[in-house]
Amino acid sequence: MLKFTSNEMKTLFSAIAELRKLYLPIEKAGEVGFYLWEEDAKVRLDVLKTVKSAKDAFFPQSEHLMSFKVKDKAIEIEQPSDDMDDFVIMGVRACDAKSFEILDSVYLSKPVDTYYQMRREHGLVITMACGQPEESCFCTVFGIDPANPIGDVVTWLVDGTLYWEAKTEKGEAFTAELTAVLAEASAEDVAAVNAQKDAIKAITEKLPFANLNLEGFDGEHLMEKFNDPQWAELSKACLGCGTCTFVCPTCQCYDVRDYDTGDGIRRFRCWDSCMYSDFTMMAHGNNRNSQVERFRQRFMHKLVYFPANNNGEYSCVGCGRCINKCPIQMNIVKVIKALGVKE
Amino acid sequence: MQKIVDKINELFANDTVDRVLGWKTGEFSYDRTPAVFTKDTGLDGFVYDDFCGSNLSKYLISESAKGGKMAVLLKPCDTYSYNQLVKEHRIKTENVYVVAIPCRGKVNVEAIKAQGVKGILSVEETAGDTLKVSTLYGDCECDRNDVLYEKCSVCQKTHVVYDEIIEEEPYDRPRKDRFAEVEALEAMTAEERFAFWREQLSKCIRCNACRNACPVCNCHKCIFDNANSGVAAKANTDEFEENMFHIIRAFHVAGRCTDCGECSRVCPQNIPLHLLNRKYIKEMNELYGEYQAGADAETKGPLTNFTKDDVEPSIVYQKGGK
Amino acid sequence: MQVNESKEFKPTIVAFCCNWCSYAGADLAGSGRLSYPADVKIIRVPCSCRVNPLFILRAFEKGADGVIMCGCHPGDCHYSTGNYYARRRMTMLFSMLDYMGIERERTRVEWVSAAEGAKFAATMNDFIETVTKLGENRKLRDLRCKK
Repeated sequence: MLKFTSNEMKTLFSAIAELRKLYLPIEKAGEVGFYLWEEDAKVRLDVLKTVKSAKDAFFPQSEHLMSFKVKDKAIEIEQPSDDMDDFVIMGVRACDAKSFEILDSVYLSKPVDTYYQMRREHGLVITMACGQPEESCFCTVFGIDPANPIGDVVTWLVDGTLYWEAKTEKGEAFTAELTAVLAEASAEDVAAVNAQKDAIKAITEKLPFANLNLEGFDGEHLMEKFNDPQWAELSKACLGCGTCTFVCPTCQCYDVRDYDTGDGIRRFRCWDSCMYSDFTMMAHGNNRNSQVERFRQRFMHKLVYFPANNNGEYSCVGCGRCINKCPIQMNIVKVIKALGVKE
Repeated sequence: MQKIVDKINELFANDTVDRVLGWKTGEFSYDRTPAVFTKDTGLDGFVYDDFCGSNLSKYLISESAKGGKMAVLLKPCDTYSYNQLVKEHRIKTENVYVVAIPCRGKVNVEAIKAQGVKGILSVEETAGDTLKVSTLYGDCECDRNDVLYEKCSVCQKTHVVYDEIIEEEPYDRPRKDRFAEVEALEAMTAEERFAFWREQLSKCIRCNACRNACPVCNCHKCIFDNANSGVAAKANTDEFEENMFHIIRAFHVAGRCTDCGECSRVCPQNIPLHLLNRKYIKEMNELYGEYQAGADAETKGPLTNFTKDDVEPSIVYQKGGK
Repeated sequence: MQVNESKEFKPTIVAFCCNWCSYAGADLAGSGRLSYPADVKIIRVPCSCRVNPLFILRAFEKGADGVIMCGCHPGDCHYSTGNYYARRRMTMLFSMLDYMGIERERTRVEWVSAAEGAKFAATMNDFIETVTKLGENRKLRDLRCKK
C-alpha cells in the first residue's frame, strides 16, 4: 500500500491532471457531480452520493454519434473521431464502480458498443472506500464491499491522509507515473486503513436495509412477479418523471434522435427513461400505455429480467440515490419489500 | 394527526366519501408517499406530519374522474392549486370532498443533510421549534425553521377552499419576503444574471420532475414530449436547450402558477426554479395589478386578460437592473 | 474555418409580422422603394397573437441576432383583441429574457399599420442598428446550428 505524501490534496490532483484529464466529485451551484478538475474547483471527497452517478464518464447523458448532410442525391456522413484523450475518474464509490461492470455486460457484449468501449479503454477508475455509509445505502445486499471497492486504483481517506493501492495492471502503470507524490505506507498506516475498514463494516451491518431479502427475484418467478397485483398500488403516486432513472448508476436505456441544425443533421443518443410515455415508441404506438406498466418495467428489468439474462446479477448496486431523490418517495427498496418474501 | 384520522373515519362511517387521498408512512420517519386509502382497507399506514410536503391536488385530475366520492387532504398552499385546477375545469368537484388540514411548514430532509448531518435514521417532531435527529453516527438537534422547504419559509397562505376545515392552535414562525431573491437578481448586471442562470441551469438533467410535479402542468401531451415539435429532447445537448426548456416551462404556467413551490421541492439538482415563476408573478403584479392564481376559481388570469391601456413591452428597457 | 476579418458584422433579424397590418406595411415599404437591409427575414403570421414565445426562442436558437414582432396598432386588430394578448405575453417573455441576462435590446415589439410603410422601414433600420451595436447573439444560441 502507498500513501500520498502531502496533506494538501490539491497537490495530488494537479499531479494527476498533468498526466491525464481528471474528473472528480466537484461542487457546482450547491450540488456535487463528476466534473473536470480545474485549479479552483471545489472538490468534495466527503460526499458519498453525487446527484448523477459516475456512469456519465463512460455513458454520457448525451453523446454525439454522427452528422450527415444531403447534397443532391448523395448523403455525406461525418463521424466523430474514434480517438480520445486518456482520462482519470477519481473518488468513485464502490457502488458506482460495480455499476461499470453491469454496464460492461450490456455494452461490451456482442455487438460491442464502440462509443462505450472507447471510453472504457481510455478511462482509469480510482475508487474510494466509503468512510461513512449513509442510511439509504444497501450495496452490501448486492455483495458490494464499501470498505474494499473494485477499481484500477483503490483509495482510503483516513483523517485527511489518502492511502493508495493499485489493483490492476492499468492502475499499476499509472501509479508508476506518480511516484513523486506517493510513498510506501508504514505498518501503522496499514493499521489505520484496517481500522477504517472495520469501522465501515460495523456500520454497514447496522444499516436499515442491510438485510433486504432478494429471494424470489429471478427468472423462475418471472410471471409471478410480473402479475403481482401490488404493482398498481406501488405505482399509484408515481409522477412519471425520470429522476430515478437519471440518477441511477445502472439504468442503461438510451434513445437515438436526429437534430436538424438547418445545415445538416446531427445524430445523438441520450439517456432514455422507461418512466416516459414515449419510451420504446414504435410505428404501431407504444407497448406500455399506463404508468403502472412503465413503473413495473423499471423494477422488473433491474430485479428480474436482468438477473435472468446475466447469471443472477442484479441491475442495482444499492447506491440509494433513488431513495433520496424520488419526488414522491417511492423506490426500489419499497418494491423489493412489497414483492419479496415476507419475513 | 388524530383529529384528521377521526374526521376521515367519520366521513367513511357516514358514507360521505368512499376513499381518501393522503400520505403513507415509508421506510424512514421522513419519507412520505401520497396514497389512496379506501373505506374497505382502512387507514393502515396513514400519516400526516412535518414531512408530508407533496401537493396532492394534481392527483385529483385522475382520481376525480373515477366514480365515487373522494376526500382529499389539502394544506393551505394546496388549496390554491386545487382552485386553479377547478378554474381550468380539470377536476370534477362533485366527486371531491376537500378537508383542509393545518400546516406548520414542511421539513426538508435534504436541508438537514446540507447542514452536514449524515446517516439520518429518523427525525422527531417536538412541540416547539426543535427537531430531534437520530443518525447512524449519533444524535443531534436542529431548528425546524432552518430546514423548511423554501416554499414554506415564505408561505403566507391560508386555506381558500374547503368543505370542512380541521383547525389547530395558531402557530407562528418567521416568514421571509418571497420576492427578496428575485429582487436581488434584478439588481445584478445582465452578465451576472446570465452567469447565475447558466451555473444553475447547467445542472439540469432534464428529468422533468419539475414539470410532472407541477399541478398546473397538466397538458395531455407536453410540447417537450412531442418528437415532431423539434424541441423535444430527453437530454440537454446544448446550453440553449436548458435555457429554452426552463423559460418555456415557467411561461406556460405564468399567470396560473400559484407559487406552491413543488418545482423547487422536487428538483434533484436543487435548481431554484421558483425564482423563474416568481419573476413572472412579480412582473404581472407590478404591471397588471396584484393577482394570486388560485385565490378563487373564477377570476381570469393576467395572461388571459388585458386592458386597452396596458404598458408596451418596451417597458422592459426602462426597468431596473443594470 | 476561414474568417474574413475585414467583413463587418451583419446581424440576422427575424421579424414576425401580422398578416393584416405589418406584413402589408412591409409590402408598402417595398412598393414605395423604401430601403431596409435584406438581413431582415420576415415571417408572416395570421396575427401577432399567434406568436408563441417558443417561436422567438427558436429564432434565436437557429441564429437570429435580434427578433422583432410587429402587429396592428392596439385597437386595430383584425380579430379585435389578438394584439392585446400578444402585448402582455411579449412583455412577460422579454422581461424573463432580461432576467436571464440576455441583452434586452435584442427583442422588440412595434405596431405597424398597413399604411405605415415608412415606419416599417425606419423601424427595421433602427432595430438593425441597435442589434449591430450589440454584436452577435451568443447567449441564446444553439451552438450546433451553423450561423
